Amino acid sequence: MMEYDIVIIGAGPAGLGAAVEAYEKGVKDILIIERDSYPGGILQQCIHNGFGLIEFKEELTGPEYAERFIEKVNEYGIKIMLNTMVLNISSEKIVKAVNQEKGVMEIKAKAIILAMGCRERPRGAISIPGTRPAGIFTAGTAQRYVNMEGYMPGKEIVILGSGDIGLIMARRFTLEGAIVKAVVELMPYSSGLTRNIVQCLDDFGIPLLLSHTVIEIHGKDRVKGVTIAQVDANRKPILRTAKYISCDTLILSVGLIPENELSKSAGVLLDPVTGGPIVNESMETNIEGIFACGNVLQVHDLVDNVTKESRIAADSAVKYIKGLLKQEGKFINAKAGSGIRYVVPQIVNYDNIDDKVKFHMRPIDVFKNAYISVKSGGREIMRRKMQRMTPGEMILIEIKKDKFLDNDLHPVDDITFEVEVV
Amino acid sequence: MYDVIIIGGGVVGSAIARELSKYDIKVLLIEKEDDVASGGASKANSAILHAGYDPVPGTLKAKLNVRGNEMFDELCKDLDVPMKRVGSLVAAFSQDEVESLYKLYDRGLKNGVKKMSIISADMVKEIEPNINDTIVAALYAKTAGIICPYGFVIALAENAAQNGVEFIFNQEVMSVNKEDDIFRVKTQDREYFCKYLINAAGLYADTINNMVSDKHFSIHPRKGEYLILDKEEGYLANTVIFQVPTKMGKGILVSPTVDGNLLIGPTSEDINNKEFRKTTAKGLEKAIKGAKKSVEKFNERKTITQFTGVRAVPDVEGEDFIIGESDVKGFINVAGIESPGFTSSPAIAEMVREILKEAGLNMVEKDDFNPKRKPVIRFNELTDVERNELIKNNPAYGKIICRCETVTEGEIIDAIRRPVGAKSIDGVKRRVRAGMGRCQGGFCSPRVLEILSRELNIDPLDVTKFGGKSNILTAKSKEYVINACKEILKRGV
Ligand SMILES: Cc1cc2nc3c(=O)[nH]c(=O)nc-3n(C[C@H](O)[C@H](O)[C@H](O)COP(=O)(O)OP(=O)(O)OC[C@H]3O[C@@H](n4cnc5c(N)ncnc54)[C@H](O)[C@@H]3O)c2cc1C
Ligand SMILES: Cc1cc2nc3c(=O)[nH]c(=O)nc-3n(C[C@H](O)[C@H](O)[C@H](O)COP(=O)(O)OP(=O)(O)OC[C@H]3O[C@@H](n4cnc5c(N)ncnc54)[C@H](O)[C@@H]3O)c2cc1C
Repeated sequence: MMEYDIVIIGAGPAGLGAAVEAYEKGVKDILIIERDSYPGGILQQCIHNGFGLIEFKEELTGPEYAERFIEKVNEYGIKIMLNTMVLNISSEKIVKAVNQEKGVMEIKAKAIILAMGCRERPRGAISIPGTRPAGIFTAGTAQRYVNMEGYMPGKEIVILGSGDIGLIMARRFTLEGAIVKAVVELMPYSSGLTRNIVQCLDDFGIPLLLSHTVIEIHGKDRVKGVTIAQVDANRKPILRTAKYISCDTLILSVGLIPENELSKSAGVLLDPVTGGPIVNESMETNIEGIFACGNVLQVHDLVDNVTKESRIAADSAVKYIKGLLKQEGKFINAKAGSGIRYVVPQIVNYDNIDDKVKFHMRPIDVFKNAYISVKSGGREIMRRKMQRMTPGEMILIEIKKDKFLDNDLHPVDDITFEVEVV
Repeated sequence: MYDVIIIGGGVVGSAIARELSKYDIKVLLIEKEDDVASGGASKANSAILHAGYDPVPGTLKAKLNVRGNEMFDELCKDLDVPMKRVGSLVAAFSQDEVESLYKLYDRGLKNGVKKMSIISADMVKEIEPNINDTIVAALYAKTAGIICPYGFVIALAENAAQNGVEFIFNQEVMSVNKEDDIFRVKTQDREYFCKYLINAAGLYADTINNMVSDKHFSIHPRKGEYLILDKEEGYLANTVIFQVPTKMGKGILVSPTVDGNLLIGPTSEDINNKEFRKTTAKGLEKAIKGAKKSVEKFNERKTITQFTGVRAVPDVEGEDFIIGESDVKGFINVAGIESPGFTSSPAIAEMVREILKEAGLNMVEKDDFNPKRKPVIRFNELTDVERNELIKNNPAYGKIICRCETVTEGEIIDAIRRPVGAKSIDGVKRRVRAGMGRCQGGFCSPRVLEILSRELNIDPLDVTKFGGKSNILTAKSKEYVINACKEILKRGV
């Protein structure tokens, strides 16, 4: 059986970032396993710019961003096994993978970093009734066709979902000479970044229909059109507002699901809201020595945040291998209170905090002039003013180590994040 | 000139083709779609091997159901098709309904169904811990089973082809004429000639019959909508859970599928258009609500796909199968094959064989008939030692294409190269399950497209989802822009 100190699953920005960080922190015996024939993950098909503003202070394209990490990985001589699919992981940290040259192999790791990214929700998941013709794609699949394979999946297009991927693809199709008839969004707000709404829709005059959805798909062989309708406050379609739009393609951009089948095989517990593992401040899952970062943990809108998260995971894995990561200690639960959908990490081991803990969260709705208040047992331990919060933009709140202490200087049992509107 | 032409590549046509491939005769099957089990009821149904207590005693349905059911063990073994005899329950949720159970039980006895019993609520709970607590009793039939419906049809067709039956796809029979004891069968592109003609055209069996015979009948479409839930919900049913039947059919069921998903449906609704194969918000809601009567617990948000099946209901009295030589000699109808048509199909094929014999076709058994289909390699089900052996001999089996269902490139290539092989994305999907998992092809369909294009030696733009004009891609990137520029240049700026 092969053995490595750290095995990283997935060579997207999360996996690459973790590899580089672990190497720089002193663990050199690293293996990255990637099922695709190139490293970079989803970034390779994101040929638009806007990546790396925080990390590198410049605007890079997805492949350029990835390249910075790939170069480092090569420079350090970190081993990447491409075209290799991980089939399962055991709680003893044995990774089973398969490729064409070596067949099925088992690899023992001292620590594992999960960085498998996510997948898109398909049509079935949102149950749009109608016929089942060709011409229905998820945005990521369409992006792959256009940007990597060199083919167009359609000419007259309706996009359902106004998340970043949907918005980016609206612009991409337009630049390719296709006609995007509308971007249809169920919610009363877009879940994409504001800059993307401006740069991808407004600049091209593509209509964004908020509080609308597709209620039927038409066409026998190929999509012929879709019926859309406005939805009421309960998101039920208002039938008298139904309107037919002719098109040959429907693009679904209706959400991403962290890809955690492998995590489950190892016994990793998942958070039902994020769909990713439940982790602590060290990005460690409930299985000792198995860490997670990137979209497999929670869906990120900015790759820079993925990179940051990958550093924490790698750092912790290195500490774990060196026996410096405490498994015992005083545990604090981080909870999502009113107005907040989820918080990651979900658990904090007070004894492992160096200086501060970074929490990621998303609000359940759009809030203007509101505060995020962090409470413990009715006592407010922190408060931060937010100009504008939307579910499409992840919120980062840092809490200093001493804030986790109560009046008697004991660590608290739990903290709750809440939105307070003024 | 063929001895026999079969119109329709559903389970019935394919079962007949396979049965006839045992004899030294020249047989052709004509199908209008690009694949078997692609156009009709045989791909979109409940996939249940019914035990046989439903049909009225004395009908063809009753006889062929029970006989057909018995034939599946050997067939599935020979043809390497996944099938599980999980048993079925007809669940009674009130005392009134218990009465109906006894009626069904009696019918079952008359029809010759074995291994049936009426069991108490406690026993039901033991078999189905997730059934609703309001359960009173159930009719338990151990011989009922579940099967991969299109998998079975594909296997029949492959084996028939292996044994010499010819298949023609993408040809729709448009007219039939009989001259001097010879049928001239015209499709949109070509003409075929035969001595015996078998009408297994499913929903369109009336159209075919009415082209040939003066004794007209008509087939009415009755649709049923379904949902398929993620494998995570599969644990909720161990057997096929029916409700007490009504006039419109066997009601809504909750059933495991052979692949481990949970199947819910069908609704039952008479419609006026045979092509009305869409799902509706109302229908899906009905299916969910109906299914909750049996099992409350499933989470409909775990749906991975939904579909509609259309039953072929004949306008003859008793709604029995129409099987037999018509008033036109040599023209054999196999029509109105609604449920339990799938279960009955092998028995129907035997019956058609006898009808052909009686009608005068000289049927000599071949001495080289091979009942076994070349086994299918399913990477997912192999041990690691077997996998390594396989990959050493053919590295394509080391490349996973569909990650949700763990399907390798080797399996996809095999599915394309086999007799009656896959020609479209859906054809691959039905043969090896690539694209049937939780992501529904989001990740693997571009790769499957690439493999199809390479193996079939066609342009990627010509690869379809299911034949016809169901092309996946519409142009090369930049083509629309280039064309627009050319247009502008032509006009002169
Ligand atoms: C269309 C789109 C547009 C975006 N636009 C922007 C933008 O403008 N700016 C920005 O900052 N961010 C953007 N993002 C977000 C950012 O790209 C992602 O958050 C980031 O790429 C996630 O990184 P990851 O490493 O977690 O996942 P991924 O990049 O998805 O990498 C996961 C890797 O794991 C591999 N893998 C999975 N399972 C296995 C297995 N079993 N065996 C082996 N390998 C496996 C996969 O093949 C993949 O390479 C965009 C994302 C998308 C999809
Ligand atoms: C909702 C539903 C649920 C069911 N559940 C079950 C069940 O659980 N168990 C069971 O045993 N049975 C079940 N059945 C019944 C079973 O599915 C059918 O009896 C069986 O599939 C009928 O097969 P077939 O070959 O006659 O028809 P089809 O599968 O419809 O095949 C007919 C074929 O003929 C082709 N065709 C039509 N016209 C032409 C033409 N002019 N030229 C060339 N080709 C033509 C079509 O394209 C099609 O492929 C169910 C049916 C439905 C609709």
